[in-house]
Amino acid sequence: MRKIKTTVIQQAVSELCIRANTQLRSDVLSALKIAYNRETKAIAKDMLEAIINNAIMAKRERLAICQDTGLPCVFVELGNSLRIVGDLRRAINDGVKTGYKKGYLRKSMVTNPLLREGVSFTPPVIHLEFIKGDNLNLTVLPKGFGCENKARLKMFLPTASVVQIKQFIIDCVREAGSEACPPFIVGIGIGGTADYACLLAKMALLEDINKNKKTDHIVGRLKKNLLSEINQLNIGPMGLGGRTTCLGVNIRTYPTHIAGLPVAVNISCHALRSATIKL
Amino acid sequence: MKRVTTPLEKRKIVSLKAGDKILLTGFVYTARDQAHKRLLLAIKQADRLPIDIKGQIIYYCGPTATPKGRIIGSCGPTTASRMDEFSSALLKAGLCGMIGKGRRSKEIISAIKRYQAVYFLTYAGCGALLSSFVIQCKIIAYPDLGPEAIHRLYVENFPLIVGIDSKGGSLF
Ligand code: SF4
Repeated sequence: MRKIKTTVIQQAVSELCIRANTQLRSDVLSALKIAYNRETKAIAKDMLEAIINNAIMAKRERLAICQDTGLPCVFVELGNSLRIVGDLRRAINDGVKTGYKKGYLRKSMVTNPLLREGVSFTPPVIHLEFIKGDNLNLTVLPKGFGCENKARLKMFLPTASVVQIKQFIIDCVREAGSEACPPFIVGIGIGGTADYACLLAKMALLEDINKNKKTDHIVGRLKKNLLSEINQLNIGPMGLGGRTTCLGVNIRTYPTHIAGLPVAVNISCHALRSATIKL
Repeated sequence: MKRVTTPLEKRKIVSLKAGDKILLTGFVYTARDQAHKRLLLAIKQADRLPIDIKGQIIYYCGPTATPKGRIIGSCGPTTASRMDEFSSALLKAGLCGMIGKGRRSKEIISAIKRYQAVYFLTYAGCGALLSSFVIQCKIIAYPDLGPEAIHRLYVENFPLIVGIDSKGGSLF
């Protein structure tokens, strides 16, 4: 059985935190460039130009893309035949701490959510999945809270129509408006349980926004319709109008119960940051 | 493009219109949720504020740590509407300008009108770029709040757009 030491994991997480926060994802950057060329409203173009320049500068100067360096979400895919030597949770936690410190990132966590005390880098939120083989895949997604605050869940009736679901998602985006730093990337989770639909929506943000993955035709059509209808909302970059409100929509589905139909929406700002490594 | 300096003069404020592009030079003070809570408490208890806010601008911003050799880290705007419940009292106490991202409540729009103030927007999610317009940075109050401490920044040609003007004109 293959073994991996937690020191290796800690080091990897630390580097992922810095990479995610300082280098905008290439799929997002190329979508921004396409949007810039298509945008016709002057103020929107101006804003898109600033976003692109910001990404270039952040990478060059190794600065955080955004001062909200997010709540670090760590996705772990653990191979069945891999043995971790040591404490995995601690390795991830320490990796986040050292990465955030080394990268001059922001302490955006409060230890006590009600007293609002104990400003800190950690703890991250960790999600674990099992995969075949002996690899360990790690992904860090620093999630800013301007947009996380706009996440929504609705438990639809099992008889609900796709049109109703689409309307709910569009309403969520409209409500997010200028406060969640448009243009957005919209992650949608359909199915599972209430909690799992929310996780699916967040995981949808990890997928390349320019690639069309294979899905059934209902999901494919929903994705296409959502993208074009959201872009007609005229929210625009910074919320000042324009045709660029959404850069991409990703949908993840999962089987669900005969009595329900959970739908979750997780919006990301234009600063969608994530970085992955296979160990 | 209009040029604005701090402290703000009423004459200047009333000449600004929603949608105007601005280059700001002068001091601004960062403050977000927790600092606002403390400032309000100080006003309520008639304590001295840690900053003289008359004619000044508050920037809704909590910067990252400052990398070696730099003046400030990434320092873009945070969501302004979270400060809506505090801003009227600060405007009443003499605050003249705010910088943030996103829309404001109806109450704040009328308070901006009443006290002849202005709400500016700046490039949201562009903290790296915006750091290049900051010439000086110093923590001057509430250091225990970490990134939420009040920092005094000296900015030069900091890019803004007038979001809500002194007559209540708004971009949203
Ligand atoms: S919503 Fe995103 S871009 Fe906007 S301030 Fe938060 S992290 Fe930054």
